[in-house]
Amino acid sequence: MAVKEVRDTVDIPENFEKLQGVIDEYKEKKGALIPVLQKAQDIFGYLPLEVQKFIAKGMDVPLQRIYGIATFYAQFSLEPKGEHSIGLCMGTACYVRGAQSVLEKLKEELGVDVGGTTEDLKFTLTATRCLGCCGLAPVMMIDDDVYGRLTPDRIPEILGKYR
Amino acid sequence: MDIYRSHVLICAGSGCTSSGSDNVAGAFDRLLKEEGLEKEVKIVRTGCFGLCEMGPVVIVYPEGAFYSRVNEEDVEEIVKEHLLKGRIVKRLLYKESLDKDQIKSLDQVDFYKKQMRVALRNCGVIDPENIDEYIAMDGYKALAKVLTEMTPEQVIEEIKKSGLRCRGGAGFPTGMKWQFAYNSKDDKKYVCCNADEGDPGAFMDRSVLEGDPHSVLEAMAIAGYAIGSDQGYIYVRAEYPIAVKRLEIAIRQAREYGLLGKNILGTGFSFDIDLKIGAGAFVCGEETALLNSIEGGRGEPRPRPPFPAVKGLWQKPTLLNNVETYANICQIILKGADWFAGIGTERSKGTKVFALGGKINNTGLVEIPMGTPLRDVIYEIGGGCPNGKAFKAVQTGGPSGGCIPAEHIDIPIEFDTLVQIGSMMGSGGMIVMDEDNCMVDIAKFFLEFTCDESCGKCVPCRIGTKRMLEMLEKITQGKGEEEDIEKLEQLALNIKDSALCALGQTAPNPVLSTIRYFRDEYEAHIRDKKCPAGVCTALLQYVIDADKCKGCGICARNCPADCISGEKKSPYVIDQDKCIKCGTCMEKCPFDAISKK
Ligand SMILES: Cc1cc2nc3c(=O)[nH]c(=O)nc-3n(C[C@H](O)[C@H](O)[C@H](O)COP(=O)(O)O)c2cc1C
Ligand code: FES
Repeated sequence: MAVKEVRDTVDIPENFEKLQGVIDEYKEKKGALIPVLQKAQDIFGYLPLEVQKFIAKGMDVPLQRIYGIATFYAQFSLEPKGEHSIGLCMGTACYVRGAQSVLEKLKEELGVDVGGTTEDLKFTLTATRCLGCCGLAPVMMIDDDVYGRLTPDRIPEILGKYR
Repeated sequence: MDIYRSHVLICAGSGCTSSGSDNVAGAFDRLLKEEGLEKEVKIVRTGCFGLCEMGPVVIVYPEGAFYSRVNEEDVEEIVKEHLLKGRIVKRLLYKESLDKDQIKSLDQVDFYKKQMRVALRNCGVIDPENIDEYIAMDGYKALAKVLTEMTPEQVIEEIKKSGLRCRGGAGFPTGMKWQFAYNSKDDKKYVCCNADEGDPGAFMDRSVLEGDPHSVLEAMAIAGYAIGSDQGYIYVRAEYPIAVKRLEIAIRQAREYGLLGKNILGTGFSFDIDLKIGAGAFVCGEETALLNSIEGGRGEPRPRPPFPAVKGLWQKPTLLNNVETYANICQIILKGADWFAGIGTERSKGTKVFALGGKINNTGLVEIPMGTPLRDVIYEIGGGCPNGKAFKAVQTGGPSGGCIPAEHIDIPIEFDTLVQIGSMMGSGGMIVMDEDNCMVDIAKFFLEFTCDESCGKCVPCRIGTKRMLEMLEKITQGKGEEEDIEKLEQLALNIKDSALCALGQTAPNPVLSTIRYFRDEYEAHIRDKKCPAGVCTALLQYVIDADKCKGCGICARNCPADCISGEKKSPYVIDQDKCIKCGTCMEKCPFDAISKK
């Protein structure tokens, strides 16, 4: 889910109501913590401390356990993300076909490092693992769109579509 | 069942979906309706055909016309010409499938000729979202046979006899694994499927899940019957949304048909399956870490023993197999252990699926009998390296594996031979490298990966791999010293001996195998401060050949660092101190006067 302003998602009371619904659904299930965090991230866009505390209380587990899980898995973010997420594949097939030079270009165009979000909260840049489209390497995903057979000079034009 | 005169198979796997097959399928739907053909021509959205490079792929039967790189705009021509008038659109045919105007059948095309599809038997053939199509291909027949004609002991015996070895990487005999889980007595046991597929550059399991999800469900139910379990879990990566969706649909349909759930086929046997979605951590592919993750905790490995077969999920006996391992089971039950054991080599039976990628013409998914020479895979199936470049090496086993250099191209692909030459089968990623790839850089790439994915629980892996990475960084930056190679080897052996789980124990493999076969490249970086493949930027210089330079000034105008100067009509020069080595000048030069050294 896209987060435009940092305050938005945690300031909307319905979001916590939704989260409560998720907790009620999962509370009695075995091994439910990860699915709950995944759903929470869908709702809020990220997992700020407030949300973690709410889940700890609702699921009746210590906060440090939640934090431990949220920081272990790459999927969870404690920081708000940009409106569009750019995932450049740094899988082996893409790497040997020149993903590094595409990455350099992306960093230059966006002015952020891997894992960073642009100041205007438009884009978050991540390096992902194999997206399973090695035939089109190098590959990147912007939200749900896949761009294949990339070269550095195609980057400005592609980013332009989202600006 | 309705009878159709033609079938249009459209690949809806991840590769082709990314190339736009969804829109192509939508265009077929629309145009067939417009032409009033929707009762005569059936559209089937299938799993992966394997030839992702050529996607989106469309096959029209009965003619067997294999259309490749089909655009939305091309659909009209196929509908109007081929489906309406029966004239095949030659322009769009995969060129390999056309032999002097005659269409070759698919199994005569180079890419498919040497392949044999067991695990992938239904991929690209059936609609994975329709259980009836799976059943029409003998689906759930193996489960029925097992439940009504075989005892659990007989099932395990059959799997043992087939010689099937686990496809998740290590190649442990599958039947033995089942036996261990069977031997553990407990009131509750679990059957798990590892669909985490972490090897960066591999997508075999994803293709099975996307193209034939029921084959995994059915095999897990058979395993449940064999070891005495009534609950299964599939742990699948969050990065595989299409696979997750198809699995959800498949589980729902199987439950509706009474093929999962209570009292299956009225035999009193109950078995159900739930999905667990991963959250992005490579180490979760390791079996004990995976169990921790299913339980909802941090995916850190547990010390073994106890092995999962004794104490696994929630401390109960657990059988864990890989997707492709399961994908072989039903065929073994239906066709018999002897049939399966007749394929492959003495110690590696059956077939293996590989995801062929990197510097190779036909990237995609291939399934070959064990023992097929690597040469056949690279040159016949894969079509060699693009642009006439020389084949240098292939990496198998991902970050835990090693490289196979060109000198070993004639080895047969099987578990033991690969280990002998310092690589491994792995889960099936096969990344081809050509002369333009630097092996030191590749070793560094894999180490960056393992450092990043180390869970941090044990010191050798957390800190040892970091030290190795630092040394490789030094070498690729031209700051390497003579003794660095020995130091790397020493540290590698220490980590192999002392890390807690196989992630750490195997992390040094790519370094060791590249040193073994490409020591001269390491030495060139260290002694001569040169990267022979021209990859490591710190060691490169772009130079303008004064004889070839016509003084047009295009390079200077395009240089983002303003470091090229000269007079029109006389040779230009690059200021090496200011050069950022982006390579733009070389790309833009119309006279090929700029080279990197
Ligand atoms: C770091 C690490 C990552 C692994 N990743 C995977 C994986 O992504 N998929 C997989 O099937 N097995 C993976 N394995 C192997 C599993 O631990 C386990 O052996 C396998 O899933 C068992 O299935 P099999 O017996 O059918 O091969 C991994 C092992 C290690 C040490
Ligand atoms: S390595 Fe990039 S899509 Fe597979």
